[in-house]
Amino acid sequence: MAIDTQMVKKIAFLSHLKVEDDKIAGTAQEFDKILDWVGQLSEVDTTDVRPLSAVNDIDLICRKDEVTEGNQADKILKNAPVAEYDYFVVPKVVE
Amino acid sequence: MILEGKTGKWEVICGLEIHCQIISKSKIFSGASAKFGDDANQSVSFVDAGMPGMLPTLNEECVRQAVKTGLGLRAVINKYSEFSRKNYFYADLPQGYQITQFVHPIVGEGVVTIDLDDGSTKDIRIERLHIEQDAAKSIHDMSPTKSFIDLNRCGVGLMEIVTKPDFRSPEEAGAFLKKLRSIVRYLGTCDGNMNEGSMRCDASISVRPLGEDELRPRAEIKNVNSVKFAMQAIEYEAKRQVEVYENGGEIEQETRQFDATTGTTKFMRKKEFANDYRYFPEPDLPPLVLSDEFIEEIRRNLPELPDAKKVRFMETMGLTKYDASIICENKEVAEFFEQAAAGHDGKKVANWLMGDFFAMLNRKNLTIENSPVSAENLGKLVELVENNVISGKTAKDVFEIMAESGENPEKIVEEKGLKQVTDTGAIEAIVDKVIASSPDNVAAYRNGKVALRGWFVGQVMKESQGKANPQVVNELLNRKL
Repeated sequence: MAIDTQMVKKIAFLSHLKVEDDKIAGTAQEFDKILDWVGQLSEVDTTDVRPLSAVNDIDLICRKDEVTEGNQADKILKNAPVAEYDYFVVPKVVE
Repeated sequence: MILEGKTGKWEVICGLEIHCQIISKSKIFSGASAKFGDDANQSVSFVDAGMPGMLPTLNEECVRQAVKTGLGLRAVINKYSEFSRKNYFYADLPQGYQITQFVHPIVGEGVVTIDLDDGSTKDIRIERLHIEQDAAKSIHDMSPTKSFIDLNRCGVGLMEIVTKPDFRSPEEAGAFLKKLRSIVRYLGTCDGNMNEGSMRCDASISVRPLGEDELRPRAEIKNVNSVKFAMQAIEYEAKRQVEVYENGGEIEQETRQFDATTGTTKFMRKKEFANDYRYFPEPDLPPLVLSDEFIEEIRRNLPELPDAKKVRFMETMGLTKYDASIICENKEVAEFFEQAAAGHDGKKVANWLMGDFFAMLNRKNLTIENSPVSAENLGKLVELVENNVISGKTAKDVFEIMAESGENPEKIVEEKGLKQVTDTGAIEAIVDKVIASSPDNVAAYRNGKVALRGWFVGQVMKESQGKANPQVVNELLNRKL
């Protein structure tokens, strides 16, 4: 799979990472190597293999609809870097 | 809706995605309360807060509610479904991912029939329904530089319902939202309050020249959180896209935000810069497998839904399609109607309900649940008119007294002496008196001035203090004039 410089720039943007211009070509090559290595998996014939989404063959056990927890804002907020009026406070995020 | 552009006719294509908060006591993956409006961060478990090592356990009620809703949408229930992780980084999601369903949703394709203003109906296809957790609530107006996060909503169960791109006008989308709200309220699976955010809607909109088969790129409009806003957004966005095309531009797939104050949509981001959610199967939850018994038990206990109720009211209670649609939209109204109409003329009860009764509720700013006039008493009032105990005109006065006092109409009629006189002898005496006292008018009437007829009726009614049965009055006047 060939990764071009455009793709590297896009992935850097989506990952919030700054990649210097002189590193882009090298990064593209590294991506290629990784994808080639993972690509070996495509050599396996999986025609008759059912997709597997869970490794453990266990049943999903449901919970009864009961309120068992709550009224612990003090504990929930204990690790908050900043809390005010029982809210977590973060830098303004408006999309 | 067909838009007339400079270059020709354009068609609008729209699909909706609706998030419905599931009615349940506790959250979908934790034992914290799902109640709205608790003090900040008091309804939060360590699972919701994304604490390390905490594991989700699925709330069986949320599963039941999703299946129930699926059946209400006449949809396929998937006995096998899976949970997935949708990864994104945002302050309202402490886990760093949302547990949702991706490849295998719990509910597959279904259909909802909508009623349009011209009396026709249209089937809107449902693509899927899946269950997932809600995010926290961010409050942006408490400070100019900071956002405040309340995790109470984080982890509340949601049903995301996705339609096929079957809407061709804002009206159809509006009718669908109303119908969906009505269905989930009948089922008791979501309270459907769009203004409180328990039902939220996004719309995908594209346009194409009329007659073209291919779908063109669409814009996804976020935040159209009322029926009215959804309709406004579709109308505005369709016109905007036509204008772009006609001025030689192209529409790229993008996300836009609806601005309720201006009724316009504004650009948020291009699709290519959208988050890559890196979905993968949720390792903390094995697949969800439903038994036939579980599904059939829910099917057996489904309440009568608005469409079925509408047909029944039309067939057995004499309602028109229009009346039945209005009455059945709201479960409480339908129940009130059925109770009031028991043993009476359904059409007459419906007229009262949709006329004076709704007007009274509006005036007093009340909902039907706390109406001063009970269903039983409304039924009795209709019966009093049916049995000629009071006239239709007197009934309106009695109704106003009922609205003030909540009193039984029979008692009001008795106490105020409002019973109409049907005794022919008594009315005859009044008619004779009126005729005797106005020989000029009698002569004029007999000489062809038939418009005077109403005057005679009025005089007799006045003389009887409004209590004479109008039918008897008319018969007597026919005979004597």
